[in-house]
Amino acid sequence: MEMPAPDTGILSRKDRIVARLAAELPSAAVIHDEAEVRAYECDALTAYKCPPLAVVLPASTEEVATALRICHAEGVPVVPRGSGTSLAGGALPTADSVILGVARLNRVLETDYDNRFIRVQSGRTNLSVTGAVEQEDFFYAPDPSSQLACAIAGNIAMNSGGAHCLKYGVTTNNLLGVTMVTMEGEVLEIGGAHLDAAGYDLLGVICGSEGQLGVVTEATLRILRKPEGARPVLMGYDSNEVAGQVVSDIIKAGVLPVAIEFMDRPCIEATEAFAKAGYPMCEALLIVEVEGSDAEIDEQLGLIMQIARKHNPVELREAQSEDEAKRIWLGRKSAFGAMGQINDYMCLDGTIPVSELPYVLKRIGEMSKDYGLGVANVFHAGDGNMHPLILFDANKPGDLELCEAFGADILKLCVEVGGCLTGEHGVGIEKRDLMTTQFAPEDLEAQMKVKDVFDPAWLLNPAKVFPLEASRLRRESGVAA
Amino acid sequence: MLSPATEAELSDIVAGAKAPLRVMGGGTRPVGRPVEGEVLSVASLSGIGLYEPGALTIVAKAGTPLAEVEAALAAEGQRLPFEPMDHRALLGTEGEPTIGGVVAANVSGPRRIQAGAARDSLIGVRFVDGSGTILKNGGRVMKNVTGYDLVKLMAGSWGTLGVLSEVAFKVLPAPEAAAALSIEGLSALQAVEAMATALGSPFEVTGAAHLPAEGRTMLRIEGFAASVAYRAGRLSELMGSFGTVSVEEDGKRVSEAWRAVRDVNAFAGRDGDVWRISVAPSDGPEIAARTGGEVMYDWGGGLIWVLVPEGTDLRARLGAFAGHATLIRASEETRTRIAPFQPEPAPLARLSGGLRQKFDPRGILNPGLMGA
Repeated sequence: MEMPAPDTGILSRKDRIVARLAAELPSAAVIHDEAEVRAYECDALTAYKCPPLAVVLPASTEEVATALRICHAEGVPVVPRGSGTSLAGGALPTADSVILGVARLNRVLETDYDNRFIRVQSGRTNLSVTGAVEQEDFFYAPDPSSQLACAIAGNIAMNSGGAHCLKYGVTTNNLLGVTMVTMEGEVLEIGGAHLDAAGYDLLGVICGSEGQLGVVTEATLRILRKPEGARPVLMGYDSNEVAGQVVSDIIKAGVLPVAIEFMDRPCIEATEAFAKAGYPMCEALLIVEVEGSDAEIDEQLGLIMQIARKHNPVELREAQSEDEAKRIWLGRKSAFGAMGQINDYMCLDGTIPVSELPYVLKRIGEMSKDYGLGVANVFHAGDGNMHPLILFDANKPGDLELCEAFGADILKLCVEVGGCLTGEHGVGIEKRDLMTTQFAPEDLEAQMKVKDVFDPAWLLNPAKVFPLEASRLRRESGVAA
Repeated sequence: MLSPATEAELSDIVAGAKAPLRVMGGGTRPVGRPVEGEVLSVASLSGIGLYEPGALTIVAKAGTPLAEVEAALAAEGQRLPFEPMDHRALLGTEGEPTIGGVVAANVSGPRRIQAGAARDSLIGVRFVDGSGTILKNGGRVMKNVTGYDLVKLMAGSWGTLGVLSEVAFKVLPAPEAAAALSIEGLSALQAVEAMATALGSPFEVTGAAHLPAEGRTMLRIEGFAASVAYRAGRLSELMGSFGTVSVEEDGKRVSEAWRAVRDVNAFAGRDGDVWRISVAPSDGPEIAARTGGEVMYDWGGGLIWVLVPEGTDLRARLGAFAGHATLIRASEETRTRIAPFQPEPAPLARLSGGLRQKFDPRGILNPGLMGA
């Protein structure tokens, strides 16, 4: 993966840039020691590393504005960072960039149950947002797998999803407002406790813009009352096609499960060896979860089980207790860890139309043979968001490159059948150079024009999202405001 | 009137335009500053291109009548989640609302509080920008973070950033049953408190409105029949402390009552201007009092519909507040004199102006409609 060559002029001015930052920010907020900045050399896409010029860790919106104003004046690129859990390289620095981490901005500012929102600083972790309202039986709905660690800032940047978004939507559907600082250091208030925008939906375009339009320091998030209960059912089938049909039939029957998760045989085998959740050995396994009171759950699951039986399951298991429910989820939740035990892996994130599921799984199987690399599939089936895990050996020369080529082919396949490159992880650097398979040059140009408006100097996270060649002129010279 | 039959024709027309264009779907929502210019109708760009009930997705050309989309969905037991309002009775307009118009105006209804607005269900757009370039964003899958979300930007931009040619939605199953709970005689303050209690319950309330003229506060529950009966019962108990709760379970009457709320029937055919204010629900009663007009509350108190004498500058009465007020119905003279859309703070106005300049550099698409 290519990154732009660092600006030697900036590298040579490091001392001056650091001195300016240190003069206006608390000393603990500026890190510039070569050994210490290494802690910020990568995010969760660990195959790519590069220590930044410096790191700033502001503790207030004002300090964020100060840092950005100085970097803007010095012409230094800034890479915003939440908790560094991006799987797409969204927080990967370049040697001439300053990392702006929001980890110190972690306070809850306001909770309002009557109006059903919480206002938090953006460095707060996803799970701890729910943690702050749980005592009143409320929760924050988007639940990415990394929710224990990932920050709301990163969730907003990537428009993160999760397992339960079939019912509750993704981040953009649960975000009411932000305080955002522009690259020039101007503080903007967008949205709030009220619904919808007065004019253009700026909040909608900021969410998912991968930290390229501004640095979000505070967020107003919609909170919801927890359902009375939830119960999963597990079903096993002897073909992917049949399991795909079951998913489609459940949705057509008018039931809206909160989650429909899908695992294929390689994934079942690996997780079973690791977590021993008692999964059946079969080609495809579905976990379907519904919510409500006991009686409501019984009614919905009755309908779901009826559909499931029609398709001759090799296993059909309804959780009879809290413990059994946990066991059903255990394997799914440890799938990624299980794969990590047996191999290095790369996690993809394409989305496909649900109807294309059997075809895409068949093609992935064929490609797996051609490339000689194993692949396990685990994904959110209700919304078509796939997570193929390609297994490779990081220590074997050439294996990473082979894995990347395989991954690119899978993502191209997703686009070919009417889907997209990324459903919830974001483009970052990982899918940057594949953007031309999904978008025409003019489509990318339209998106870059939005960045021109928010960040005319093209200093915020500049080498992400757009193919380097497409963004080169803008990155090198900026645009007239 | 220009009425392209294909997206390519639409592109040619916009590229070749020498003067401003008035972009129109069904023409049932004449909101915003009056626009001078030749009418560009997308009504001939019509038809459902793809509908996969098993994937909960539908794709239609922008000029497709909303009724056609809703009928296709109903035939499969599905619906648009956001309950788009029909503006015809309120605005005294005729014609056929189009799906593109719904998107351009980001129209939603009472269910917005639970299921989101049009922008939340919209998953893909194709449009022609002010230079005539055909652009696409999003797609036909419901989970998609590939590149910037211009889908949201197009929703509610009233044709000022581009002319929509095709839209794609995530849809949901239509419920088997619905029930409406009513409490009579609550003050606005009590009503907002009651609605907050209901919306903060685990019973999935999909509508919460307060109609002061009828002295009625209404809550709606939807889903499978047994579940609706159960939740209506539990919610009635919960609401008991606010007053006597009556429950309507006849599906037809429930849907009629909520259609009246959705379409603001209370103000249809009556003299005066109509405004729409969005605030945090608990601010509703105080903001409503400032208007000095007749009001109706939806969205648990967060959406206030206001009827005031013609030509009233409502924003002067409101002063500064957290939220926004939009002039929905008024004479052309009033809509020219008073900004129909809430003016944005300067830094945001600069961004919005910048976006408009990038997407319509010649300023020919609905110039002035939303302000600049």
